[in-house]
Amino acid sequence: MSAADPRLPALLPGFLAVVRRDLLLGWRRPGDVLNPLFFYVIVATLFPFALGPDAARLALIGPGVLWVAALLATLLSLNSLYLADHEDGSLEQLLTSAQPLPLLALAKAVAHWLLGGLPLVIVSPVAAYAYGLPAGTIRVLLATLALGTASLSLLGSIGAALTVGLNRASALLGLLVLPLAIPLLIFGARTVALAAAGDAAGAGLYFLGAYCTLALALAPFAAAAALKVAAE
Amino acid sequence: MEILSMGGYGAYVWTAYGLTFGVLVLCAVQARRRHRRIVRDIRIRLKAAESGK
Amino acid sequence: MWTFLHKLASPPHFYALAARLIPWLAGAGAIAILYGTFAGLFLAPPDYQQGDAFRIIYVHVPAAYLSLLAYVIMAVAAGIGLVWRMKLAHAVAASAAPLGAWFTFLALLTGSIWGRPMWGTWWEWGDPRLTSELVLLFLYFGYMALRSAIDDTARADRASAVLALVGLVNVPVIHFSVEWWASIHQGPTLVRAGGPAISTEMLWPLLAMIAGFALVFGALLLGRVRGEVLVRERRARWVRRLMYPEVETP
Repeated sequence: MSAADPRLPALLPGFLAVVRRDLLLGWRRPGDVLNPLFFYVIVATLFPFALGPDAARLALIGPGVLWVAALLATLLSLNSLYLADHEDGSLEQLLTSAQPLPLLALAKAVAHWLLGGLPLVIVSPVAAYAYGLPAGTIRVLLATLALGTASLSLLGSIGAALTVGLNRASALLGLLVLPLAIPLLIFGARTVALAAAGDAAGAGLYFLGAYCTLALALAPFAAAAALKVAAE
Repeated sequence: MEILSMGGYGAYVWTAYGLTFGVLVLCAVQARRRHRRIVRDIRIRLKAAESGK
Repeated sequence: MWTFLHKLASPPHFYALAARLIPWLAGAGAIAILYGTFAGLFLAPPDYQQGDAFRIIYVHVPAAYLSLLAYVIMAVAAGIGLVWRMKLAHAVAASAAPLGAWFTFLALLTGSIWGRPMWGTWWEWGDPRLTSELVLLFLYFGYMALRSAIDDTARADRASAVLALVGLVNVPVIHFSVEWWASIHQGPTLVRAGGPAISTEMLWPLLAMIAGFALVFGALLLGRVRGEVLVRERRARWVRRLMYPEVETP
């Protein structure tokens, strides 16, 4: 293969630049990262408080509760995905960049997962332990949450792009993202519940993997289209 | 009456049909009302614009 | 032929043409529905398994098909509007949404009513078809909510178009859900390899109802689009001339 055309911008540096920038911003504004995380932990503890310490019942509802909490916490963090860029003009920079917009949208989603989804996954074992889920189940929980939050970051970036700059964007974002997130929730929570009951988790994980792959392939293009619409 | 009881399932069958036709009629009525309202609003605006000149 | 299509895309021509079409669509639809209802309720023999309860099929299946058809029409129209920047296409998409939502609601409702005596339950969480149809309803809501949240019509058109296209993946999921996953919902009756799995006397009223619903949907849709076109074009000269034909516009 001949050397790459020097007139075309190299893709990887642009991608990494956006990821690095968002990670740096997340580091400088820890609230954006910590708030959804705290929200997740608090919501996870609400149910034992409300329903009492019956161990069997907690173990039963654990997978579902943790998954819903992860979903809501991710929605919370999605609100600010393009907000800062919109406010300080960097969104314009993204749109006029020589890099393909879908690539940059993908970079934003990846950074969002690193700052939002990944911490959730890391914190989950603690929450899962609080619900008395056995160790083997916790492994499955982590796997489903990793795939699920990644898919949500991708799917949610579309919603965030569609609603950037609107009033009441946060309420609308939920309404837009949740319908397509329902299959994630169903498969994610049910797979963990099956694992807790001793059944195989393979099928559910395959589905989540397929969903994530599909999102990876399509979401950046949809998000790019949405960003172009929002900018006009 | 066999028609009404529908082999014992009368309540289910007739409710389903009733709701369906109800919604269809509702859509039709609402469409007419909406159209009338739009035409009326436009007429009012145009009149106001004309007399305002 | 191209002139015809080109004229069709022009709002005043569409407005007039739709006005002429609506009575025919509504009339044909009404006749089909009347036949289908009468035949479905009184002429078709009772099902050997479900007795007379199966007659709900004649309202449930048409509603379900139309809920999907409406979404496809909405998404395709939105896509055409997005790619070719046709305002009329956007008007069609906007008009299809509330109608599609109503049909989805009907499908869910009649399905639930049918499910009670047949499956013993009003609803089954975790059933793939029921779930995906419910997701369809939420997608319609999201579409309408996004539209109303954006004041600028052009941006609202284009943003909701992106949303409609993203949600299109749900349509094949709904149809194939009963084949891909274990479901209490019965498998496809009409659109399947090997032809329809239903006796002829039961089939004809069903086809008539589906056609009737589609025709009525067409009439309702055209009606809404006419209203939508008027609102969008209210400042245009052709609208003025329409409202006040006696006034000579300078």
